[in-house]
Amino acid sequence: MIQIRGLVKTFSDRRSSAVRAVDSISFDVEEGRFYTLLGPSGCGKTTTLRCIAGLEKPDAGEIEVAGQKVFSSLTGAFVPAYRRPIGMVFQSYAIWPHLTVFENVAFPLRVGKQKLSNEQIRQKVRSALEQVELGQLEERMATQLSGGQQQRLALARALVREPKVLLLDEPLSNLDAKLRERMRVELRELQRRLRITTLYVTHDQIEALSMSNVIAVMSAGVIVQEGAPRDIYLHPKTQFVAQFIGSTNQLFGKLEKLQGEGLGLVRTEVGEISCGVMNELGPGAAVVVVIRPESVVVHRTRPADRRNLIEGKVATAMFLGEYLDCTIDLGKAVLQTHQPHALDLRRGETVWVELPPSDCLALHAERADGSAPRLADE
Amino acid sequence: MSTIALTRTMREAVPRLRDPALLVPLVGAAVLAYLAVMPLFMLFLGSFQAEVAPREFVFTLKNYQAAYASEYTYSTFVNSLIFAAGSSALTLILAAILAWLVERTNTPMRVIFVPIAVIPLILPGVLESIAWIFLLSPKFGYVNVALMYLFGWDSPPFNVFSLPGMIWVHSVGQVPLAFLMMVAAFKSMDPALEESAMMSGANTWQTLRRVTLRLLMPTTASVLLILFVRTLESFETPALIGIPARIYVYTSEIYLAFNEYPPDYGRGAALAVGLLLLSALGVWLYTRSTREGKRFQTVTGKAFRPRQFDLGPWRWVGFAFLVIYFVGVVLLPFLVMVWASFLPFFATPSWDALQKLSLDNYRYLWSFRPFWDAMWNSIILAFLTATVGMVLTSIIAWIVYKSRLPGSWMLDFLAFVPITIPGIVLGMALILFYVAFPLPIYGTIWVLLIAYVTRYIPYGMRASSGSILQIHSELEEAAAASGASWWETFKRVTLPLLRPGFVAGWIYICIVSFREFSTSVLLATGESRVLSILLFNMFEQGQVTIVAAIGILMILTLLLIVTVFYKVSGRVGIQT
Repeated sequence: MIQIRGLVKTFSDRRSSAVRAVDSISFDVEEGRFYTLLGPSGCGKTTTLRCIAGLEKPDAGEIEVAGQKVFSSLTGAFVPAYRRPIGMVFQSYAIWPHLTVFENVAFPLRVGKQKLSNEQIRQKVRSALEQVELGQLEERMATQLSGGQQQRLALARALVREPKVLLLDEPLSNLDAKLRERMRVELRELQRRLRITTLYVTHDQIEALSMSNVIAVMSAGVIVQEGAPRDIYLHPKTQFVAQFIGSTNQLFGKLEKLQGEGLGLVRTEVGEISCGVMNELGPGAAVVVVIRPESVVVHRTRPADRRNLIEGKVATAMFLGEYLDCTIDLGKAVLQTHQPHALDLRRGETVWVELPPSDCLALHAERADGSAPRLADE
Repeated sequence: MSTIALTRTMREAVPRLRDPALLVPLVGAAVLAYLAVMPLFMLFLGSFQAEVAPREFVFTLKNYQAAYASEYTYSTFVNSLIFAAGSSALTLILAAILAWLVERTNTPMRVIFVPIAVIPLILPGVLESIAWIFLLSPKFGYVNVALMYLFGWDSPPFNVFSLPGMIWVHSVGQVPLAFLMMVAAFKSMDPALEESAMMSGANTWQTLRRVTLRLLMPTTASVLLILFVRTLESFETPALIGIPARIYVYTSEIYLAFNEYPPDYGRGAALAVGLLLLSALGVWLYTRSTREGKRFQTVTGKAFRPRQFDLGPWRWVGFAFLVIYFVGVVLLPFLVMVWASFLPFFATPSWDALQKLSLDNYRYLWSFRPFWDAMWNSIILAFLTATVGMVLTSIIAWIVYKSRLPGSWMLDFLAFVPITIPGIVLGMALILFYVAFPLPIYGTIWVLLIAYVTRYIPYGMRASSGSILQIHSELEEAAAASGASWWETFKRVTLPLLRPGFVAGWIYICIVSFREFSTSVLLATGESRVLSILLFNMFEQGQVTIVAAIGILMILTLLLIVTVFYKVSGRVGIQT
């Protein structure tokens, strides 16, 4: 439904040279899918979305929406935003303050190419508003709505034209935590019900993981990894992805040897760890071993017959309701772990930490943020 | 065959040019260049030219010699300097005290004085001067007569026809503007800055001196500078008080060069170029200082609740100051105007005069053709200027801040140029332009319309760009994403959202156009005479009580226009 090929967009500010906000990216969004561009601010995700919407003119590449080439640097084709079969929800919702709820939603129908009768417009607006459960508020001024209602209104406005593609630019970031959680579910249900192809932009990994069919993680204008949410979370391909999605522990070290079946042995600051290894890595490579806090197992007494056991001391233990957030001092590194609160750990207590090999992953160490290559150089 | 081929290529070329995104900025730039740059160019040319509208251009420096090497050059320069420096200093002191009392102290009843201090804005400068002549003239001024009677003096204590007199009259006219600027400065100051001084052990006086005043320094400096420039450019007081008193400043020299027989346009142009450069320098310094001022920026966009200084028993002194200011400076000029408008001839208030009060002046005006002509011209001009000016600046502001077109900063600059052009200089420049330019509008109200629009473009820009910047660009992008074309978006989203700023700017331009004097004094003649010029002419002829009646009607008309426009725009306006 959406095809992007070699998309490039540069911005030039007055002082420095041009910045490549989007650096030759390509991806496909299949019909009816929920596709998410996930990345930190400034990674180019919003720029990509705006290029697809037609609000920015790319420098190079091709964009195809619903079988129509809306941009191509080869043929010079550029379809203006208002001729593209899209609906868009903006970060600020962009609800027009001078119009009523009804008129906000009716706007796309009134300015459209095909002229609709007032009766048709009323019907379409009604059904769009009912879809987002705003049916009662038609005659209100748009500014009298609450944040969550404005968000739904923006959604109704984007959907009323029955676009082929729905573009969402961080639509939940202005809502408070409780509301965000609810809207996440509603938005996902609505998308699945309408089966509308959706491109979603966010910096929030929970939103991305919970709603998407496919996630593309972006950094510095390129897609670093693309895949299903489970895949991205459990098998990050780079240190950046591992760091960005969820919280993660990092242990820097050097790959000693490969043990077959994708496993390998890494010498780290806190001892030897056997773990999963990315394909392209060979012995001697500087690596970082990543493990999620919830995968770390803590034992009060040393268990027998377990691999990757390290002795440590409980540094902090915080009761967070759902779990116990507990940091373990391993001497040269500190691990963050989530433990069930039945395990009543106390500060200063000596414990044994188990890092299950199937949950540990050695990745190419990317950045020297402090300690990365230190041990490898020894 | 070939013609068909040609028309086809032309047809292909034209739609590209018709693209509003390209055409609109081009037209905007052309309009601005025509309004702001062409007259200035003609002024420069004229100042080096041997005669007006010559067959061929003869270069000469004799205009500059006549303007700057005469026996009057030095005295004019000194007078201008004293007038501008004295007036801006006095204005600032009055405005700062007023603003501080009402904004930052516990002076009793201070709240009601905020609107009162702004009232004189509605009083045109010409009327302000006339009112103070009624009050402080050494021969018949009411204040002088009253004081001489009370204390038995045999000579009048005040003489308005002097440099101090000019400074006083001009200052009290400028106070409302400076007051508003100072109030804004006081309002936007973070009280925590003062509170932390208090917590460090500073008492009220030390806090005021070491923190409050220091923080206000940049604002104060820029207010002072803008007052200085405005005074230098002003012509109301120099015309009505300075010329009779034979105290000449720059603006009056320009006017006299034009009004002597035969008119010396060359000398006038040379003087105008000098004044233009001075004012441009002032504006440049002002923009620089306000930009520097960001370093001290105390405005953070947060609404503060400023701390109030406790004046203790001194608050009654503050109260007395406010009352004296209100009665003496705001109320008295209005009262004397109303009183004089009912008199058959100017007379001091007495039982005798009271019996002579009548509506005769108003009855006379009812059937006085020139009055109705001038009133009609003024109203038409005020409406047209405000409408044309605001539509033009809305579009320009949109191009500058929203279109992201290369070179749109040029438009911003061009729209700012007129702020450096003193009113009388613009008048001079337009005369030279339209005498030479083949558009027969000289002597009609259309040249006045062009002059007013040019003069008030910067003010319109201010209102328009303020509201343009408040429109989040996503509001417009949402329209594009909903399928609206450029024009649909502008019509259905941008313009309605601009309305509050548009209304505010419209009202402001309407008021200042209606009372405009210093440009009109050169351009408004015969049929195109406007109210302020009619006032001036009749005052020169000595018909002072009729002048007072015209003044009252002028103020009432202004109030009526503003009220009606507020009502109308309020009904169709947006709810927020």
